[in-house]
Amino acid sequence: MSLGTGNIQEQKKLKKLLCYNQAMNYIFYFLIVISIIAGAVNGKLSDVVNAILTGAELSVKIAFSLIGIMAFWLGMMKIAKKCGLISIIAKIIKPITRKLFNEIPEDSPAIGDIAMSISANAFGLTNAATPIGIKAMEELQKQNKDKTTASNAMCMFLAMNTAGFQLIPATVIAVLVGIGYKNPTEIIAPTLVVTTIAFISAIALAKLFQKFWRDK
Amino acid sequence: MQIISLWALPAIILLILTMGLFKKVPLYETFTEGAKDGFKVAVNIIPYLVAIIVAISMFRASGIIESIGTILKPILTPFNIPADTIPIMLVRSLSGSAALGVFSDIANNLGPDDYATKLSAIMVGSSETTFYVLAVYFGAVGISKLRYALIVGLLADFIGIVSAVLVCNLMF
Repeated sequence: MSLGTGNIQEQKKLKKLLCYNQAMNYIFYFLIVISIIAGAVNGKLSDVVNAILTGAELSVKIAFSLIGIMAFWLGMMKIAKKCGLISIIAKIIKPITRKLFNEIPEDSPAIGDIAMSISANAFGLTNAATPIGIKAMEELQKQNKDKTTASNAMCMFLAMNTAGFQLIPATVIAVLVGIGYKNPTEIIAPTLVVTTIAFISAIALAKLFQKFWRDK
Repeated sequence: MQIISLWALPAIILLILTMGLFKKVPLYETFTEGAKDGFKVAVNIIPYLVAIIVAISMFRASGIIESIGTILKPILTPFNIPADTIPIMLVRSLSGSAALGVFSDIANNLGPDDYATKLSAIMVGSSETTFYVLAVYFGAVGISKLRYALIVGLLADFIGIVSAVLVCNLMF
């Protein structure tokens, strides 16, 4: 949709009026409003109020627990970048990434970071995958025109991430072992099939939406 | 597979450091230079995490997930989906720790031979917490307009649930 030739402020107003990209606003609003109403109906309103405090505490805990490991992997990745390792990895997987991330330059460091992050996730190395993935997002952000709006490449990368492709579901197996499951490894094959289906669908969906999505 | 998991990290670290040494990269300086950003990135995420995690914590505490479970039960039973696994489908995209908690609960109460234990194991093992991932990654670079990222994530989660039910039906 054309926003006319008015000044920037007018354009901003118009964008607001058109409810430009409001999904997250609605989700935030409805999650909280539904929680309060349902909490009142179920007689759990005090639990809902307490959840504000515990949720806020948990967020800070998560963020702070990331600092050290984040610093470690950002340091490692800086060495990997300087010695050319990242660009070698990027070259190897070029045929795939060229199709998936057609909007970012082939020699961008983002490609290598994305590859490292997805492989770390596949091996269940979440501690390494998150910092490296965030670094990939920073590289993608450098090529992003509108710094507050997700680019197609970011949406593709996060589609791959939210699908959570993992070779071994280690935590789940640990729980199964704990309850005396006789053959916990039998869960690996079906889980791998499901996670692969979800992963491929996520990539296909991201491609599809990239083609048909229109920012109003 | 266990050997690969054990050696993956040490191997990556060895490779990075050795190659850095051979290419005469000043290892220590470069490492600390990169590590400096760790704090900044972690702090940048906080507002996005607070928004998402507080909203989801309130949602879980309100008891609505149980209510939705009761409504869905008669619809899902004909598809060979045990009622115990419904909470997992509902919280899977919202909270990883909650999904794991519900799964441990099912596993401990119903035991290793129950179909619900197997189905929930597959559903939890094959997923990643969509809302958390989006909050962390978009939060780290300050993006608040997600465009289609959330829809794609949730649709893929839904496809994951459907295929978990199908695969579990076929194999167990």
